This record gives sequence, C-alpha cells and structure tokens, in this order.
Amino acid sequence: MIKKELAVAALKNGTVIDHIPSESLFKVVSMLGIKNLTSSVTIGFNLDSEHMGKKGILKMADVTFPQETLNRIAVIAPTAIINVIKDYEVVSKHKVVVPEELNNIVKCNNPKCISNNEPMRTRFHVIDRENIVLRCHHCECTVHQNEIVLK
Amino acid sequence: MTKSLVSISDLSKEEILALLEKAGEFEKQPNQRLLEGKVVATLFFEPSTRTRLSFETAVNRLGGRVIGFSDAKTSSQSKGETLKDTIMMVSNYADLIVMRHYLEGAARYASEISPVPIINAGDGANQHPSQTMLDLYSIYKTQGRLTDLTITMVGDLKYGRTVHSLLEAMQYFNPTFNFVACDELKMPDQYKRFCDKLGIKYTETTEFSEDIINQTDILYMTRVQRERFSDLMEYERVKSIYTLRASMLENSKDTLKVLHPLPRITEIDQDVDDSPKAYYFQQAQNGLYARQAIICRALGIKG
Repeated sequence: MIKKELAVAALKNGTVIDHIPSESLFKVVSMLGIKNLTSSVTIGFNLDSEHMGKKGILKMADVTFPQETLNRIAVIAPTAIINVIKDYEVVSKHKVVVPEELNNIVKCNNPKCISNNEPMRTRFHVIDRENIVLRCHHCECTVHQNEIVLK
Repeated sequence: MTKSLVSISDLSKEEILALLEKAGEFEKQPNQRLLEGKVVATLFFEPSTRTRLSFETAVNRLGGRVIGFSDAKTSSQSKGETLKDTIMMVSNYADLIVMRHYLEGAARYASEISPVPIINAGDGANQHPSQTMLDLYSIYKTQGRLTDLTITMVGDLKYGRTVHSLLEAMQYFNPTFNFVACDELKMPDQYKRFCDKLGIKYTETTEFSEDIINQTDILYMTRVQRERFSDLMEYERVKSIYTLRASMLENSKDTLKVLHPLPRITEIDQDVDDSPKAYYFQQAQNGLYARQAIICRALGIKG
C-alpha cells in the first residue's frame, strides 16, 4: 500500500504516462527528452500491475506534450495511457494512438539503407497498427515492434 | 508534368499499360528525336554496364545527350561528398537523372531532394523498376496479353528482387504463380501474404518438375548465387536441381517463353538457347524500348 502511494503521489500540474511496458520505459524517457526537463520527474520502473505484470510510469510536473509527440510513444508502448493533470484533477485521460507515419523517430535496421549512410531524416510508414509493423519509406524494409531502434 | 520512377509500386495499372503501349511504338520506330536539346545524366555509383548502356542507348536513339559517370570512384563521392550534394550539383546540368546506387533507398531519397525527375536504375537489393517494365513488356509481347497467365518462378526467390517486383506488378492481371525454389531460397512470407490478400493464386514447391513446366506460360528463371549458401555442397546440389534443360521443354505449351533477367550462369543449359521458347536475349533487347518509354514519361514527353 505504501508502495502504491509513493508511485502515484499527487501531482499539481503536469502529465502522467501510465501503463508503459517496463521494457520500453527508458526508450520513452529518451524519446520525450526527459533528461532535459528542469521540473520534477518521477520515473517508476517495474511496478506491479494487475494487467501487465510489470509496468513503468512517468510523472512529469508542469509539462504537457503536443499530441503528436505523445503518439510517437505508441510505437514502442502501445498500451500507454496519458493523463493530463490540472490542479490535482485529471482533466484528460486517453490511450496513445499509433500515427500513420513516423518522421525521424526510428532508425532503419538495414545497414545498407541510405538513411544510415547520409545525414538525413528517417521516415517510416506504419503498415500494421495492431502488431506495430513499420516500413522504411526509403529502403522499403519492414521493422517489427521488437526490432525498433530509436534514432 | 515530370515524374520520377523509383519503385514499380509507383505505377498504377493504367500507367503500366500506357508504358507498354509506348514501348511498342518505340520497338516499331526506335529512332525518334523526342529528346532534342535534353541532357540526361546517368549516375552509376555502382557499375552496371548492361543497364547503363541500355539507358544511354535509349537517350541517344531519342536524340538526347548523355553526361555522367559509370563508377563512384570517378565521382566526388570518393572525396566524401554526400548523395544530396551530388544530386543537387548534377540537377543544375541535366533535365533527368538516371541513377544506380549500392545503397537501398538512395533513389527514393534523391527523388525527394532533386528538382529534376529521377529514374531508379537499381538501388542495392531493393528496386529496379525498368527491369520489371521490360519483363512485363516481354510477357505482353510474347503472349499478346498480361491477363490470366501462369508464371513459374524458379531459383532464388528469396533475394531475387526481379521476381518480387514482377509479382507486385502482375497483381492487376489475375496471374497464377508457381514458386519453385529450395527451402533456403523460397519466396518470403511477405510476398505470399501479398498474394493471399489480393486473392492471387499460387503454388509452392521445391521440385522443378516437367509437370509444372507444362502448365506454364512464362518460365521465369533466376540465378542462384553461391554467396547465399554457407554450405557449398548444398549450393552445388541446388544449382543442378534448378537447371533448365531443353529436354524439359518437350511437352510444354507452344507459346511458353523462358525469361531470365541475365546474367545467366548455369541455371539455363546452353542447349535451351536454340529453342524457339528461349526468350532471354530478346528480353534484354526489349529493355531499350521499355526504357525509352520510361524516359519519356519521366520528362512528360508525349511524342
């Protein structure tokens, strides 16, 4: 019980991202650029979850993210739930949505892809939203969820 | 309107048919001065003499001029120049860029940054759409149609980009495919799923039998490459199983044609060359007409 209270200690304003698969937590941390934040951030790792076994949670005070940024998380953490907090109240709560296209988020796994050999942005199409399968816009190779490497 | 051609999937059914019709016109009259005053750059970051000569002949026969290089060693790339800079520089001089690159996706990227259209003449193991167009033209010309044909693909169906692109391009024409390959080189699942999704009929077997050949309209042979095998004994075994000999064609359809993207090594025995069903040399010649059509489309020349 104590553990639970610690994990979800109240936040006055900010964003809470819950139900992140533990194995994706630190990828999400890096994707959101959390190490550059100056406000307080709580990172919960390997917390017990009824549905997921183990989960991760991120609580970030005084920040909100554009929807587009949050949707990028969906690629590595499709179960994530975004809570926006204002004055201790949850003012919005929703699941992340897998975008149709990912711009400069994911690295291509093909070493012979032009995007790994030229200073340029990567671009991927999400060709299977359910199982998260991506196709590189340039070399046309497919990348499955468990193979995703962030740029 | 100018249009790049990077991947066969860039073309709709109508565009494919229009290109085939145009190729037919060029076969009747290959010398037409449609590119008068135009400069076409052929940038071959990876050598491919066959493809380059075919493109350059196409430009020359249309009255255009060619600039370019046939090996990256002679370009500024060897000094560390990015592809982007090379493309931007060349686009100052040329109306169209035909490029072959050893990296996959290079042509797509070039088409995004280039102010002039790009024709992909091969990007690594990825796409080679002019090869697919000449395959389609060869099928169309020899069979009189593209619809309702049985196409048997033999050899390296795993890494062979020509079979993958042909399979994708045939989706509009109700084909039946037979995939003949050893387990190591069989058709990847993603292409079988592609067929399933579109209701395209196919069979898959490791046996290269006369039974299959006798049902076939187009026998598409491919090269089995030694470097695909870690076990050289296995390579030797596979190589001899998937070799076509003239005797195997005895009871095949009169209209059957044997295609091969070339270069051929041993997968088609020399004794097939004399058969009227052998079509691989004419197939290569059709590349000229297909490329003339592709160049005109790229430059928006109706002609």
